[in-house]
Amino acid sequence: MLAAAGARGQAPRRGGTLFVAADGEPRNLNPALVASNGVFFVASKVIEPLAEMSRDGDGLSPRLATSWSGAADGRSATFRLREGVSWHDGRPFGSGDVAFSALEVWRKLQNLGRAVFRDLEAVETPDPATAIFRFSAPTPFQLLRNALPALTSVLPRHLYEGTDIVANPANRTLVGTGPFRFAEHRPGEYYRLERNPAYREAGRPYLDSIVYRVLPDRAAVAAALEANQVQLSAFSAVPLADLARIAAVPGIVVIPQGYEGITYQLVVEVNHRRRELADSRVRRAIAHAIDPRFVVDAIFLGHARASNGPVPRWDAQFHAADVATPGFDPARANALLDEAGLPRGAGGMRLRLRILPAPWFEQTRQMGDYLRQALRAVGIDAQVVANDSAAHTRAVYTTHDFDLAIGSPVYRNDPGISTAILYESGLPAGVPFSNQYGYASAEMDALLGRAARSIDAAERSALYRDFQRLAARDLPIIHVAEFSFLTVARDSLRNVAGNPRWATSHWDDAWLAG
Amino acid sequence: MRGALRIVARRCASAVPTILVVALAAFALLEAAPGDAVDAYLAQVGGDAGFAAELRARLGLADSLPGRLAAFLGRLASLDLGMSAALARPVVDVIAERLPNTLLLMAGAAGVAAGLGVAIGLLSGARPGGARDALLSTGALALLAMPNFWLALVLVLIFAVQLGWFPTGGIRTIGGAPPGGAALDALRHLVLPSIALGAGYAAMFARTLRAGMVEAWSADHVRAAHARGLRRRAIVWRAVARPALVPVLVLLGQHVGTLVGGSVVVETVFAVPGMGRLAFEAVTGRDALLLAGILLCATCVVLVANLLVDLALARLDPRIGQSDG
Repeated sequence: MLAAAGARGQAPRRGGTLFVAADGEPRNLNPALVASNGVFFVASKVIEPLAEMSRDGDGLSPRLATSWSGAADGRSATFRLREGVSWHDGRPFGSGDVAFSALEVWRKLQNLGRAVFRDLEAVETPDPATAIFRFSAPTPFQLLRNALPALTSVLPRHLYEGTDIVANPANRTLVGTGPFRFAEHRPGEYYRLERNPAYREAGRPYLDSIVYRVLPDRAAVAAALEANQVQLSAFSAVPLADLARIAAVPGIVVIPQGYEGITYQLVVEVNHRRRELADSRVRRAIAHAIDPRFVVDAIFLGHARASNGPVPRWDAQFHAADVATPGFDPARANALLDEAGLPRGAGGMRLRLRILPAPWFEQTRQMGDYLRQALRAVGIDAQVVANDSAAHTRAVYTTHDFDLAIGSPVYRNDPGISTAILYESGLPAGVPFSNQYGYASAEMDALLGRAARSIDAAERSALYRDFQRLAARDLPIIHVAEFSFLTVARDSLRNVAGNPRWATSHWDDAWLAG
Repeated sequence: MRGALRIVARRCASAVPTILVVALAAFALLEAAPGDAVDAYLAQVGGDAGFAAELRARLGLADSLPGRLAAFLGRLASLDLGMSAALARPVVDVIAERLPNTLLLMAGAAGVAAGLGVAIGLLSGARPGGARDALLSTGALALLAMPNFWLALVLVLIFAVQLGWFPTGGIRTIGGAPPGGAALDALRHLVLPSIALGAGYAAMFARTLRAGMVEAWSADHVRAAHARGLRRRAIVWRAVARPALVPVLVLLGQHVGTLVGGSVVVETVFAVPGMGRLAFEAVTGRDALLLAGILLCATCVVLVANLLVDLALARLDPRIGQSDG
């Protein structure tokens, strides 16, 4: 019973409290400091970015900025800002807030902004509704544009200036401009947001409040939905295996839309420091040993697609459709391993490897088990090493104590934000979700360098398509599937999934039918 | 009374080294685990090398091992546990928030365990070998074999989802207590988790009590009571059940610790923000100060609970507390 998103021809009703299942509480709830989906899930209703992703037009819809343009030389970008907007404490919002956020927070402190805004030199504010970003080196406007939804949450300058930003109490009791005000956090229990009566759009938001109940157990999420004690669970909080049962419950709908802009990729990370794995034939053989269709059908129960590389298929700006996947071909895998000088020895095995599945998702763990079996079929004896988050991060990204790892990097709307870093060489140890694989290719580095400096959108897209071709040729990491998430909601909740990153957007048009 | 005082004094004196050992164990365990608090945090958010270095410096993780151990012990000695690395809040505040929930849940579970356990045990042990005993003993065995996460989910599905008698989880109704007041609201939230956590112990207590009673029936003083023509009901209570309760109380004291620790699963299923879940978060977050705080607190709870059990035992059996010390 898959239901389409959106309104069903009824006029929106004002009022009501929406109860949402949350699986955890971020250590830091400030989206300008920590641009991550766990933070946005709660904070994006309170603190707004300059623009949000959209299915219409050029892919963006205005939030705090109403228009944006980049200079031809890539040295500046101009943002027109919305006027008449006030912070939740009543102070007016203006270009000074944007300048402060960009220079002091995104550029210096934000997990993703430190790279994208590295060359930001100054932000001019000729009037309260204009912010002009000046860069010391050409910065592609295409990259800035694509970064607007996730990397540009604006903070109130008057609460942060002159303080220790990382330790500011406003990181817990957020003050923003969005449709909901931060009301209360009871640790371990819930976050409560309440309607912002001074919100700029008349009549909105429709909901009186949103309560995020912390429900760490996934089976309990399904029970709470069934009992109508929560009306919404996002990010596949209900286990895929329970979906068929829960979708049959009257009043509950499963909504696959609303995550197009939040794609995760299931990949096999390869440690090139291991002599055998530095040989591209061995990596290709491993890729041939994996059946992506089995992964999609058995691990994701159909809620994923086979991947052909580091850019997901939905991204028309950058995706190279002509890149072929290695394809499931165990005979070819065996031949390649023979060719690479790894004959079958005692017991039919060629070499022993350790697989470290990331503990982030049940699918990454299951992929570890599947890969072990798939490799055994081509004569690779693999052991699965299960770690928790801290141990996994340390082993793969700092001490490099692994042979293969199962990872799930996030694609963030532009290869320049968090994808190229998986292929660039020369990064220090200890940078998570980066090339800690020992892969170093002068050709790849040169290509990525050109793309990073390219200020022409068409040229830049073409360079990133070349990057996908090179990635497919070298195969430093093996992309298996791309996946996003499912929302399970009561059908009383309306206007779900209205944009490509709905779960992490503002919800000013969501409403509850009586 | 003198015996009771002696028990209190002895327990307090032995608490200090216990607490020190527990704190050192917490530190050593997290040191032995691969990855630190920054790795645990970066796993959630990512960040470049400079970011990780700044965070390590901020959290005091950049020092050498002896330096960190000294800082840790210094904090303990000054009874100031400082900030939790995983939650970025003072450890004392976090524990003060969670401890009452765990104590309530423990009390509820102990109530279920003692009430149900003693009831089943008495009814079985009153006539061992009878039909009622066979039925109840089998029931107790089944209860003992049930994993508590499974029991928790079954209770939720039946009593919260199907019948709607109780909430599916949490510790209060969010947005103000319903008619009946906050206390009744809290009680309604406590019923299912208490049963889920206490049922296994109830079965264990019932079996222990029954076994003790079976043994007592063949004791000389019981046969003498028979011979004197005392009524069976009086014999069951005074001569059979009372001595058999001693091992049950000892068992209760022994299991207070597992009640604190064993509540992780039940707290997770019922979304109860208690110490069990917090301990899990402290370990996955590699948060030595928070874990030490939790263990210290749990140690104190266990020590106090054992003290209460010893005092109760001294009442049940006056020989206890006189001889040793």
